[in-house]
Amino acid sequence: MTSTLISSPHVPRVNRVDRVMLQVLLALVPGVLAMTWFFGWGVLVNVTLAVGFAVIAEALVLLLRRRPVLPALGDLSAVVTAVLFAISVPPTLPWWMTLLGMLFAIVLVKQLYGGLGYNPFNPAMAAYVFLLVSYPVAMTSWLAPELLSGIDLSFGDSLAMILHQVLPAGVDWDAVTAATPLDEMRTQLDEQLTIAEIRDQSALWGVFGGRGWEWVNAAFLLGGAYLLWRRTITWHIPVSMLAGLLSLATLFWLIDPQTHPFPAFHLFSGAAILGAFFIATDPVTATTTRRGQLIYGACIGATVFVIRTWGGYPDAVAFAVLLMNIAAPTIDYYTQPRVFGHGRERAR
Amino acid sequence: MAANPVPSSERRLWTFHGGIHIADEKALSNASEIAVAPVPKQLVIPLQQHIGASARVLVAVGDRVLKGQCIAAADGYVSAPVHASSSGTVIAIEERPVPHPSGLSALCAVIETDGEDAWAELPEPMTHYAQLDPAEVRERIRWAGVVGMGGASFPTGVKLNPGPDRRIDTLVINGAECEPYITCDDRLMRERASRILEGVRIMRHLLGGPEVLIGIEDNKPEAIAAMRFALGESDLRASAEVVAIPTLYPSGGEKQLIRILTGKEVPSHGIPAQIGIVCQNVGTAHAVAEAVLDGRPLISRVVTVTGRAITAPRNLEARIGTPATDLIACCDGYREQPRKLVCGGPMMGFELGEQGVPVTKPVNCLLALTAAEAPDPGPALACIRCGRCADACPANLLPQQLYWFARAKDFDHAQDYNLFDCIECGCCAQVCPSHIPLVQYYRYAKTEVWAREQEKRKAEEARQRHEAKQARLERQERERQARMRQKKEALAAKAKAESGTSSEAKQAAIAAARARAAAKQQGASEPTDGA
Ligand code: SF4
Ligand code: SF4
Repeated sequence: MTSTLISSPHVPRVNRVDRVMLQVLLALVPGVLAMTWFFGWGVLVNVTLAVGFAVIAEALVLLLRRRPVLPALGDLSAVVTAVLFAISVPPTLPWWMTLLGMLFAIVLVKQLYGGLGYNPFNPAMAAYVFLLVSYPVAMTSWLAPELLSGIDLSFGDSLAMILHQVLPAGVDWDAVTAATPLDEMRTQLDEQLTIAEIRDQSALWGVFGGRGWEWVNAAFLLGGAYLLWRRTITWHIPVSMLAGLLSLATLFWLIDPQTHPFPAFHLFSGAAILGAFFIATDPVTATTTRRGQLIYGACIGATVFVIRTWGGYPDAVAFAVLLMNIAAPTIDYYTQPRVFGHGRERAR
Repeated sequence: MAANPVPSSERRLWTFHGGIHIADEKALSNASEIAVAPVPKQLVIPLQQHIGASARVLVAVGDRVLKGQCIAAADGYVSAPVHASSSGTVIAIEERPVPHPSGLSALCAVIETDGEDAWAELPEPMTHYAQLDPAEVRERIRWAGVVGMGGASFPTGVKLNPGPDRRIDTLVINGAECEPYITCDDRLMRERASRILEGVRIMRHLLGGPEVLIGIEDNKPEAIAAMRFALGESDLRASAEVVAIPTLYPSGGEKQLIRILTGKEVPSHGIPAQIGIVCQNVGTAHAVAEAVLDGRPLISRVVTVTGRAITAPRNLEARIGTPATDLIACCDGYREQPRKLVCGGPMMGFELGEQGVPVTKPVNCLLALTAAEAPDPGPALACIRCGRCADACPANLLPQQLYWFARAKDFDHAQDYNLFDCIECGCCAQVCPSHIPLVQYYRYAKTEVWAREQEKRKAEEARQRHEAKQARLERQERERQARMRQKKEALAAKAKAESGTSSEAKQAAIAAARARAAAKQQGASEPTDGA
């Protein structure tokens, strides 16, 4: 009888998970639009497919687990995972790989651990790495920005490309694909070329990073700023991650500017901005103490630089995030705040 | 009037971690003056209304009692007596539902009032308290049954006696009233500022003359002005200051207010007196003044009856024991059916299962909330570890971790994460996007830990009892054997003496006596080892 009485506080709650997720989706809009502008309809097709697959996969698993379906779908976390995955993979990716990725992310990484809140790894990034390891070629052949290839793929062309892997008559794959700027930079550096030579060689380069890519990253930066302004995320992870990346990049660039690209290149190519504001900030898999988040973010940034510079893969955000997901509980343990009334030493 | 030097507030203020800004809803009830609620037909007076040892019942069914007559005496040091709040006849002494978070019943005296409201004989006013022995004044406060009126209901006399070797440098008066909706302290400060200051003066005297800091949240400018004005008129002005503090829930928490005003942190598991501070609520100061200067026991208090379900929200001076339903009727009843009736504020109060529960000394607010004011938060989702709760926690805890351990019934870890530093303020639950009833989990965990500790204590006592018994049995057995040995030795010595010389016999007798003494000693010392 008394158990029906709900404990304090008796006030309206000010936040809601689905609203938080909705803010994240909103903040992704400029970046997704910029990607579509530069890389064609394939981006939107991928986003749509991924969201569809993710929602269906989540609903099925919930039915199997005999859990209420609508509240879990309604929290929009599966949609966020799907969108983040779809904009991390090349816009040419065959549809079944997207399906595979979403099944992996939702079924294995998220629901088998108990659903939202219990998964130790970021589902979108785990799926990305899973596909990268299994299908390295498909996962690294990016479309060239349309303004480079000069080929304007229509919506129908993009659909055909993703669903049947066919291109319009007279166009071949080499014409539309190009290495990502990070990939290009790494390959050329491996060829012992200097930064100046690399930049002269190709039309791929914009002011800071790759052409088109810089604008995409700027759009994600805008979205990130929106999230900070709405207090959907706090500054700790994005700032520390970008600081970690930039400080190492600056250090090595100062030591040898001929073999290390200008630091801003690291920010405006690849997924650094997207990762800092949208991926590393996934609260479920990040550290939860604010001090821990500074360490967590900085380590991700540093790891990204290390993998980009010396590792075997062109981009590193997914690897770095997954790596630090493992370390998160330990960081949390050692970064507990000093509790009120507990003297100056750290409370354990 | 203008000649009064108004003490200004240039004082440095400190901050605490977290806290939340929340609609204060004070305007609902703070506009009109405190009205005296009429004498109800029946008073239901709980016989224990404080933290500590229970009180001893002094009346029987059928007795006629007078207003102010003591009906339950304090038993033990940390205890407070209870007085009849009007005259009438005791018609029952029985278990009745009382305002308590667990919805428990407690022993109450039910008095049918006679409408005469006739006073019992009261003690002389102590206007000359400054010349009296502090112990005598404290005894008066204790007699009057004054307890903390801010919610904790700890006997005030005890709190005003920090002991001879503890120096109190600061008396903090809590007028923050940080909970939304509640305005009883606000009205009290506006209307009876000088009475409150008289109480402060008495308390200051009892504590050996510390500095006085009166903290009021700055959303109560009228109260601040009234208190400053009254202070300007009083001889306290050299040693006291009214400090306006920023409105931020929970600034009125004892530890938070002390931190804001002095920069000091009350140690975990400690009390303010350990750092030279005593904190009292303005309502308590008022009650102290009434007890000492008028010889009046604590038989009424100001209660805010508010919420959008109430037709005419306002503050009422209610006799202790007045049923909540009577007070709500006094405010023209409900405008709409409330979704819940809460005792206390919306952040820390508890829902009343029973509308007829009586007002007790710590009840500062009856809050009838509509469905729009207190919507059902809906089913809780999983914790997404977003850390918003930790950002809001005034104790700087990690509520998400506490929740994790409480849910898993891992109470040891919950204690490692300082479960008992949680003040149950509700900030974490208010900001949680997953709508997890976090405070409920912490209360549950604390109760479990207490229950376990009690069990452990009981088990420990049983173990000790068992061991004592074992020791006793062993000792008895040893003594029995020692006696048998002595007898044997004595017999042997006798036989020897009979056969040998007299000197040998003497020596043998001495040896036997020695052995006896040694055996006795051994027997006697055992039980102390065993205990
Ligand atoms: S606010 Fe709620 S969801 Fe967020 S970390 Fe705290 S308990 Fe978890
Ligand atoms: S209820 Fe406890 S854990 Fe939650 S904010 Fe208040 S003190 Fe912190």
